Amino acid sequence: MNTVALTNNTMTLPTPKDASAASSKDQPLDIQTIVEELKLATQPVGVPFLDDPKFYTRDVDVFYNQAKQAIFGVDLDIGKHEVIAMIGPSGCGKSTFLRCLNRMNDTIDGCKVTGQLLLDGEDIYAKEQDPVLLRARVGMVFQKPNPFPKSIYDNVAYGPRIHGLTSNRSELDDIVEESLKKAGLFNEVKDRLQSPGTGLSGGQQQRLCIARAIAVSPEVILMDEPTSALDPIATATIEELIDELRQSFTICIVTHSMQQAARISQRTAYFHLGYLVEVNKTNTVFTNPQHRLTENYITGRFG
Amino acid sequence: MNTSIILLLLLVLAAFSYFFGRKRALAVSEGNRGANKLHSLPGYYGHLVVVWCLLPSLVALMLWSFFSPTLISQNVVSSLPAEIQSADETTINLFMNRVESMAKAGSIDATAEPAQQAAARRYMDLQANSSIMKAVLVFALAGFGIFWALRKIAPKFRARNQVEKVIVGLMMLCASIAIVTTLGIVLSVLFESMRFFQAIPITEFLFGTHWSPQTAIRSDQVGGSGSFGMIPLFAGTLLISVIALAIAVPVGLMSAIYLSEYASKRVRAWVKPGLEVLAGIPTVVYGFFAALTVAPFIRNIGEAIGLTVASESALAAGLVMGVMIIPFMSSLSDDVINAVPQAMRDGSYGMGATRSETIKQVILPAALPGIVGAFLLAASRAIGETMIVVMAAGLSANLTANPLEAVTTVTVQIVTLLTGDQEFDSPKTLAAFALGLTLFVLTLILNIVALRIVRKYREQYD
Amino acid sequence: MSNKTELVRAGLAKRYAREKRFRFYGLASIVLSLSFLAILLTTIFMQGFPAFTQTYMKLEVNLSADALGVDAAAPQEKLRAASYETVVMNALNARFPGVTERKQKIALKKLVSSSAAYDLQKQVMENPKLIGTQQTLWVMADDDIDTYMKGNIDRNQPEADRRIKDFQLAWIDDLEAKNEIERRFNVPFFTSGDSREPEQAGILSALMGSFYTMLVTMTLAFPIGVAAAIYLEEFAPKNNSLVDFIEVNINNLAAVPSIVFGLLGLAVFIQFFGVPRSTPLVGGLVLTLITLPTIIIASRAALKSVPPSIRQAAYGMGASRVQTVFHHTLPLAMPGILTGTIIGMAHALGETAPLLMIGMVAFIVDVPHGITDPAAILPVQIYLWSDSPERAFTEKTSAAILVLLFFLVMMNLLAVLLRKRFERRW
Repeated sequence: MNTVALTNNTMTLPTPKDASAASSKDQPLDIQTIVEELKLATQPVGVPFLDDPKFYTRDVDVFYNQAKQAIFGVDLDIGKHEVIAMIGPSGCGKSTFLRCLNRMNDTIDGCKVTGQLLLDGEDIYAKEQDPVLLRARVGMVFQKPNPFPKSIYDNVAYGPRIHGLTSNRSELDDIVEESLKKAGLFNEVKDRLQSPGTGLSGGQQQRLCIARAIAVSPEVILMDEPTSALDPIATATIEELIDELRQSFTICIVTHSMQQAARISQRTAYFHLGYLVEVNKTNTVFTNPQHRLTENYITGRFG
Repeated sequence: MNTSIILLLLLVLAAFSYFFGRKRALAVSEGNRGANKLHSLPGYYGHLVVVWCLLPSLVALMLWSFFSPTLISQNVVSSLPAEIQSADETTINLFMNRVESMAKAGSIDATAEPAQQAAARRYMDLQANSSIMKAVLVFALAGFGIFWALRKIAPKFRARNQVEKVIVGLMMLCASIAIVTTLGIVLSVLFESMRFFQAIPITEFLFGTHWSPQTAIRSDQVGGSGSFGMIPLFAGTLLISVIALAIAVPVGLMSAIYLSEYASKRVRAWVKPGLEVLAGIPTVVYGFFAALTVAPFIRNIGEAIGLTVASESALAAGLVMGVMIIPFMSSLSDDVINAVPQAMRDGSYGMGATRSETIKQVILPAALPGIVGAFLLAASRAIGETMIVVMAAGLSANLTANPLEAVTTVTVQIVTLLTGDQEFDSPKTLAAFALGLTLFVLTLILNIVALRIVRKYREQYD
Repeated sequence: MSNKTELVRAGLAKRYAREKRFRFYGLASIVLSLSFLAILLTTIFMQGFPAFTQTYMKLEVNLSADALGVDAAAPQEKLRAASYETVVMNALNARFPGVTERKQKIALKKLVSSSAAYDLQKQVMENPKLIGTQQTLWVMADDDIDTYMKGNIDRNQPEADRRIKDFQLAWIDDLEAKNEIERRFNVPFFTSGDSREPEQAGILSALMGSFYTMLVTMTLAFPIGVAAAIYLEEFAPKNNSLVDFIEVNINNLAAVPSIVFGLLGLAVFIQFFGVPRSTPLVGGLVLTLITLPTIIIASRAALKSVPPSIRQAAYGMGASRVQTVFHHTLPLAMPGILTGTIIGMAHALGETAPLLMIGMVAFIVDVPHGITDPAAILPVQIYLWSDSPERAFTEKTSAAILVLLFFLVMMNLLAVLLRKRFERRW
């Protein structure tokens, strides 16, 4: 068990040779050059590391079928009780990285994860580590709401049941009620707990999935673009929810919407082509980005 | 002039019509250029003439060939002396059989009765006349058709559209054969069953518990009255089907689950076709295996542990039938399990469920309607199966729930009744049609329900 | 929190045990199914393979004019009626002299098959000059002898339980010692029709019957099925109730038990239309109706898989709908259509029950020469032979099954090859 304490480390990237002449905003975006630069960086720009993190990751690579590499050497710490947003253009690897944190990538054939990933100091990819146990501690909410073909009650009770958290019916009732309340759904469905979960609206279904994740009392909740399939009102409800949930859980949220990241997160990580480019306080990232790629992304030069 | 020669001549005529039609089209359009350019390619005009040549004539040929034998027979019967005409149907049929065979051979048998000889002569005359008239009609129609079509050829005439309409019409006819077949099945089976129910009351058939289909040949024959109660047959069918499904459903379903959730791509690539082979083996082979290997084997084991096992036990037949049905269950279940969206699996794994928990608690309930549909289709197959039970199950109707005894099924009885030496009209053979009707209705209901469930399930996830 | 972790950890062992068991059941099911298949195929193969050999016996035949009752100059009719059996019997008596007891004399006669006399008859009728000469013939042994030679009669059993008695064993041993008895490849199995004598029974008539029946089925089912599929897929108006009804019908017909089609064939084709019973014509008609739904469904799937862009391109060039279908869509869908048709045909080849209904259960010896000759088909032959108790028939039944399976394997291989070679992935 290795608890590593790192201090804030602000290191800047080696600037390209002719950067002094032209301003960074006017540099042409040549993929080749970009990738060369990113390869040379030894760690992301900004504040990637924390004291006493919940998740400690170093040098994480992800390969598909041995040929395609999706993630290149990501170093990132995730703090307790914080909401960290992961942003970046399509295909930049943010979802892939998220799925490493609860070993969901295990379910994909031919996917290989290397590097150090520690949860509370323990290597989650160690041979003795059980993914089942891990996922009881690190829950996940997916992009498209995916309630099981069961009643609302059974959906929420699924986790506690399979993990054997309680054998008592009334305790289970309490857990279900608590989770639904925390997810902000209880009042809307308390009279119809036995009706099928698939009968709810999109926003309600997603809150049901959140309640389902909460019911096993995880320590971390991973959210993979949870509101991209929802309308603005449902989105707003869930964003409020996330802010409340922060009290009890650590939340990592992958989002396509920069505005959302700006609204709800404390720290933001910017991914680009499988590299983690910059991590910083959300405010800093959006008002004073330190890497030119980040700046180009948030100013909309590419999407 | 017999039918084959007529057909051959028609084909030759058709070839000529194509040639002439095309030629005329080119002639009328002055070589298909300039102001008189043809609407369609010259070939289409040729084909149009072919259509007009063949279509009316072939229809006439078909109708005439189908209906003339019956009409001729009727005519000859009506010309018979009064005492023969007033005799019962069987006598008339026997009489006419003799007449027709003489007419077919083309020579009058001098040893036949005078009435038969006269009738045969009349038959042959009518046949000869009919042949000539048929040929004349067919060729007249063909000729008229060619003439009519050639007249219509003009540059602005849309030959291609006409020809295509005919083609589509023919295709629609082919498609409607499906309806015609169903109609044919329903009507023929229904019709003969009606005749059966005139002799045997329907309540006895549906609710009787004794099946012994003997009908008297002579009115004073002992032991001639038959009982036609269907219940023991149905019980036998049910017993064997239940045994078969008891094997096929768990084995098939678990195979499907393993193949779609656990097996590697390579294993799946080899095993899935392997299971399909089970479906491709003809049922007569299964029947042979059941009768010669499985039944004695079960009998020996049974006797070794002190049970009395019939040599044609329901267990043997049911076992082999179950093996035959495994691929039905497994391949249909495999389809529905694969159709469950990955998102649902991810949701369950994300919660920390093991694979078996995910399958048992999320995937199977999601796929349940499809699996039930597969089950019903497999049941329908088991009920309608014939060869395995004909070869491995017994013939005596035995109302029992003991799988070690011999029972008979609906399908076995249909075969037995119709492959014996009975004339077509006796209640014994008509009973086969009544049984066929019940079988058809039952499997139809099962199939409709199953297909509806499977379709509704597919809509849910598409 | 750690309390929860402890709870979860406590339950893990049991959950994983359940997981293992479940996975085992799945694997066991597959192994079970495949073993059934293996046992079935092995049993039939082992039973049937010996049938491809037949025991032959050497016979020194004296074709004396006296024994035959004719001379070389006699006309064909007289030659046909000559006493060939006597000549054979004489030869046997010469080979095993001193047989006096009645039972033994009968057994001596039954050493060889009755085909020996027919063989002689054929030879003499072709070449009458053979009369008066000595000929060495190899003739087919009787089925009991053949069964013994194949090891299926145990000489150590008490004599009363055996079909072959001790004195017969003595003869056979003698023949073996002098190399006058051997097993050869069983050509008559493939060149003769059915027979009451097991050793003479062959599958030729059944094979030809199957061939003609398949011919009729293919000529009818393929064009009608493909035409129907084209209509339903390309031309029929969607959401039309009549068209929906046709589709429902096709799906139902695909699941109707085949015996019902046999009833239809009997009542409509034979009784009403007077098509002759037990012929490949009526058999083919019934099989066509059975195979049509399969072909239609497979063809529709193949047509559906051709991407709309191809059709759009053709329309864009000004092709009519019919032209688009026949010039573009159909050729591209052809591999799938052919695959489905071959599979449908393979299924039809093995159909038995409906053909029993239309009368193909008769004992047909002659080889059919056309679609209106009475015929048997291979599956029905198998069914008929399986009823006979003689051991030799069991063997022949298994061998006939192997021949049938061979054709089925070939057809399925053809379908798979077609699919692999020509299928496009759009």
